[in-house]
Amino acid sequence: MAVISRGFGARRRDSDPHLPPGQYLTEDFPVLSAGPTPRIETEDWRFGIRTEAGTTVSWTWDEFLALPSEDVHTDIHCVTRWSKLGTSWRGVSLDTLLDGVDTDAGYAMAHSYGGYTTNIPLDELRDGQAWVAYEFDGEPLDPEHGGPARLLVPHLYFWKSAKWVRGLTLMDDDEPGFWEQNGYNMHGDPWAEERYW
Amino acid sequence: MTVGGWSAARVVGVADVTPSARVLHVTVPGWPGSAAGQHVDVRLTAEDGYQAVRSYSLGSYGPSDTIELAVDEIPDGEVSPYLVRDVLPGDELEVKGPLGGYFVWRAGGAGPVQLIAGGSGIVPLVAIARAAKDAGAAASLRLLYSVRTAEDAIYRDELERGADDGGVAVTWRYTRTAPDGWQGGVGRIDIESLRSAVWAPAQRPIVYVCGPTGFVEHVADALVELGHAPERIKTERFGGA
Repeated sequence: MAVISRGFGARRRDSDPHLPPGQYLTEDFPVLSAGPTPRIETEDWRFGIRTEAGTTVSWTWDEFLALPSEDVHTDIHCVTRWSKLGTSWRGVSLDTLLDGVDTDAGYAMAHSYGGYTTNIPLDELRDGQAWVAYEFDGEPLDPEHGGPARLLVPHLYFWKSAKWVRGLTLMDDDEPGFWEQNGYNMHGDPWAEERYW
Repeated sequence: MTVGGWSAARVVGVADVTPSARVLHVTVPGWPGSAAGQHVDVRLTAEDGYQAVRSYSLGSYGPSDTIELAVDEIPDGEVSPYLVRDVLPGDELEVKGPLGGYFVWRAGGAGPVQLIAGGSGIVPLVAIARAAKDAGAAASLRLLYSVRTAEDAIYRDELERGADDGGVAVTWRYTRTAPDGWQGGVGRIDIESLRSAVWAPAQRPIVYVCGPTGFVEHVADALVELGHAPERIKTERFGGA
């Protein structure tokens, strides 16, 4: 039998079909990180992809900015239950970054400056589903939101969109990243509420 | 730690502790116990089926099936005003948890531990301070608590007993108004206040920082500037409603 909380609901918010189950709408842009915000100078920044065979391709900041970029308009959903609708980003598609990378790997581990990691099926980084983003709302991405560049994988809970991303390691087998070792789901689909273990 | 489904829970006690915050005691039959620093999801269901879920840190820890939440009201929120103003003993809600495996403290670690709270960010740090006191480890912990005024301090009485009562020693920081007779400065935490109140970087403390995003960003940056290793600083931030 359902548990009813007596008298609850007077201040309710409008529901929105773009909100996954258990989420609420925010107009702010909350921050969730496990430690201090790393400050990375763009002259020191590199982004690299290492395949399961050990070969590596990498880009400096200038090389990265010279790649074709895309405007991305998307909703984002944090496992701490806020969602923000219609956000605007600019970044380089993972399709572009993975183009020419010879791999049969099934999974990727994203690595960040500061030591953060998160795992994502490689298929879910392809086909226009993921970017390395460096602008938010037309401005350079703030460090507290992951600048100079963060992963953007908006169809998964936002902890998968690793801030301060520095590269991907491609893996044959799935392995847990940081939050995935600390209680959060290996996959993280907000529409299936894949929040926790 | 595998999180189960929603558990029916009953409010068994409410206490107004500041002008905007309330401590709730909630009995959760079958509760598996929690580590100090963990949080729960709370689900409220209206009579017509409308639901809302929010996460709240636990002020309690350990095996008891009565857990403690401290909720600060966000005036334009939809859940916190209900929990702070409306809910009464006997009312029901649902709980999922305990959640979070990183911002936790367990007895047995060596070396000093620094807790730094801003506003209602005190809640998980009180759980850690209580656990440390119970484990006889309070002397290795310090707490720096930043509040607008003394009246805004959740757990003020318990924390003021602090080290005199075998608990964790507390340094207060008042950002707006200090109590009469206060000798220290007033204003937000700065490098100097961290230098005097926090274990020195050379002692390699683990530092737990919890509070609003702006507070946590500011404090964590200042700690790094003081020479604390970023990987020894654990942060928990909250925002939203």
